[in-house]
Amino acid sequence: MDTDLNSQDRKDLDKFIKFFALKTVQVIVQARLGEKICTRSSSSPTGSDWFNLAIKDIPEVTHEAKKALAGQLPAIGRSMCVEISLKTSEGDSMELEIWCLEMNEKIYFGEVQLSGLGEGFQTVRVGTVGTPLGTITLSCAYRINLAFISTRQFERTPPIMGIIIDHFVDRPYPSSSPMHPCNYRTTGEDNGAAYPSVEDSQEVCTTSFSTSPPSQLIVPGKEGGVPPVPSQPAHGTQADHERMVMCTPLDGALYSAATPSSSEDTETVSNSSEGKSGSPHDLLETIFVRKVGAFVNKPINQVTMASLDIPFAMFAPKNVELEDNDPMVNPPDSPDVESPLQGSLHSEVSSGSSTGNTHDDFVMVDFKPAFSKDDILPMDLGTFYREFQNPPQLSSLSIDIGAQSMAEDLDSLPEKLAVHEKNVKEFDAFVETLQ
Amino acid sequence: MKGASSNKRESAALPSPAGNTGLACPRAQTAMNCRAEVLEVSVEGRQIEEAMLAVLHTILLHRSTGKFHYKKEGTYSIGTVGTQDVDCDFIDFTYARVSSEELDRALRKAVGEFKDALRYSGSDGIGQISLEFYQKKKSRWPFSDECIPWEVWTVKVNVVNLANEQERQICREKVGEKLCEKIINIVEVMNRHEYLPKMPTQSEVDNVFDTGLKDVQPYLYKISYQITDSLGSSVTTTMRRLIKDTLAL
Repeated sequence: MDTDLNSQDRKDLDKFIKFFALKTVQVIVQARLGEKICTRSSSSPTGSDWFNLAIKDIPEVTHEAKKALAGQLPAIGRSMCVEISLKTSEGDSMELEIWCLEMNEKIYFGEVQLSGLGEGFQTVRVGTVGTPLGTITLSCAYRINLAFISTRQFERTPPIMGIIIDHFVDRPYPSSSPMHPCNYRTTGEDNGAAYPSVEDSQEVCTTSFSTSPPSQLIVPGKEGGVPPVPSQPAHGTQADHERMVMCTPLDGALYSAATPSSSEDTETVSNSSEGKSGSPHDLLETIFVRKVGAFVNKPINQVTMASLDIPFAMFAPKNVELEDNDPMVNPPDSPDVESPLQGSLHSEVSSGSSTGNTHDDFVMVDFKPAFSKDDILPMDLGTFYREFQNPPQLSSLSIDIGAQSMAEDLDSLPEKLAVHEKNVKEFDAFVETLQ
Repeated sequence: MKGASSNKRESAALPSPAGNTGLACPRAQTAMNCRAEVLEVSVEGRQIEEAMLAVLHTILLHRSTGKFHYKKEGTYSIGTVGTQDVDCDFIDFTYARVSSEELDRALRKAVGEFKDALRYSGSDGIGQISLEFYQKKKSRWPFSDECIPWEVWTVKVNVVNLANEQERQICREKVGEKLCEKIINIVEVMNRHEYLPKMPTQSEVDNVFDTGLKDVQPYLYKISYQITDSLGSSVTTTMRRLIKDTLAL
C-alpha cells in the first residue's frame, strides 16, 4: 500500500497523523482537567486550526505528547496511549481510563496494558478513520471497579482489609486536604518560559479544498478525511489527575445509594466530565454488555438467579426482564403502570409475592446490604430499601379515575362532531390532502 | 399521506432557522434510502428541555462544518468550529455543543415548543421530536423544490411524575447515565461512515447546507414533533378518524 502514495502524499499523511495525535491528546487531557471548555467558532480559517476545530493547545500537554512520540509517528503495532489516573491526597493512585490511538491494517486492537484498570473494565470505541495505510482507531478503556487495595497510612480509621472505597465521599476529618486539581494549566505567568509556544513549531494546515472532490475527499475534520496513522507506543502522557473522574456506571436504582456519586466532588468534577462513560457497545462483538454498578465483581449479564453469592441477588432480575421492565428504556404504553422508579426498585420481588408465585424455600433473613457503613455514608442502604420497598399506589393511577376521564371524553364527542360538521368544507380540503 | 414514511410527522413542523429553507419545500413523497435512528428517554418534566438539547446538539455537532468560503479556480476554504461544554441544571450531565448562539437559539426555540406541547396538551406525557437532515433538489417551474431526507433522528420521550425529592435525585443521576448511553449511541452511528451528501459546488451549497448562520454551517435540517394523547394515538389520527366518521354520516 505504501507504494500507492507518492512522497508528497506520504508527507501530507504523516503531517495529518502527527497533528491528529497531538490534538487527540489535547482534547482528552482538557476534557479531564475539570474546567468547562469553550472555544469560539470562526468563519475565517487560520492556518493553525487543524481539522477545522477550535482546540486550544496547552503547551505542557503538547510538550509531553511530543516527548512521548519522540520524533516518530504512530504506526501499525505501535499505539499511543493517554492514561487518566486518580491520585488521592493520601498518595494512592488508580488508573481510571486509558485512551488508545492505534493503527491497524485490519480492525483489531493491538496489545495495550490495561491491567491497571481493575476487574471488568469496559471498552468503548470512540471512532475510526480510514487511511491508505490502515485504519486509525480511538478507543477508551475505563475502570468500573472503583475499590482498590491501598497501602496508605490512615490517621484514625484503617481500611478494612486494605480495601478503600470511600475516595468519592466527603472526608469526615477536616484535617484531610481536599483533592487537588490537575496542574496542567495555561497560566501565562507561571509557564511562560517553561515550554515553547505551540505556534512556534506548529506547521500550517491546509485551508483550501477543491470544489470537485473525489468520492473520498481528504478533508481534515470530515468523516473519512484524515487517514489513520499508527501511533507510537509511547505510554502516554500520564496526567496525574487528583480529581476523581466520574466513571461510576449505575445499574439501575439498586446501586444508587451504594455509589456516592453525589459527593462533594460532583460539583467540581462531574460538570467537567463530558459525556460520562456509559454502557459500552462493543461493535466488533455486537453484544450488548450491560454496564454494572461499582463494587460488583461480575458483570450483571453473567448473573443468574442461582448465583446467590452476589449481593442483592433477590433484587437482580434476569437480563432481558431488567431491560424490559426498565422504564428508562421502554416507556410504559398505558397509564396503568406504577411509578417507574418504584417499578424498577422492586421489579421481581413484589411481583413474585403478589402473584403468589414464590419459591418453595422462603427464609426470613436480616437484611444487611453490603458496603453499607453508617459512619461513612450519610444514608444507610438498608433504610433506603426498606423505605422504597412497598410504596402505596398513586391515586391518579387508580382505575376509577381512568374510567371517569374516559366517560368525560365520550360525553364531549357529540359536541366536537357538531363543531366539525360546521367546518365541513375545510375538512374536505384536508381530507383531499390525506388521499 | 400516501407514500410518506410511517413516521407521522405532520402534526407540527418547525422551520429551520434559515428563512430560505422554511416550509416552502414540500417533502418527498417517498423517503428512500433515508437513514432513521430512534432514541428513547424517560425524563421528568423539568428535564425535558435539557435532555432534548443534549441529544440534538450532539447530533448537530457531528453534522456541522465551518463556513465555506468559495474562491476562484473552484476551491473553497472552511472556517473553524468551536465547541462549548454545557452543564445541565436538572440532570447530572454535561454535553458539548457547537459554539454558535444562533444555532443554540434555534434549537432552544424548537425544544421549548415541544416541551410546552408535551406538558400542556393533556396527554400522558408521551411524545417524540424528530431532527431530519435533508437535501434540496431543484425542480423546474411550476414545481417547487423537493426536500429529500437522508437522515432522521427521532427521540421518543416519556415524561414521568415523581413523588418526592429522593426519587428526583435518583432520576437526576439515572437520566444522566441514560444520556451518556445515548451520546455513545449517536457517536457509534456517526462513525459508521454511511451516506453523506457530497461536498457541493458554490451554486449548490444551499441545497445541502444551511448557510444562514454566520459562524457555522450545519447540514440542512428541520425539527418536528408529535404528541401522543392518552388514547395511544396521535392527535392527527384521532382528528382524521373523527372527520371520516362525520363524512360517513
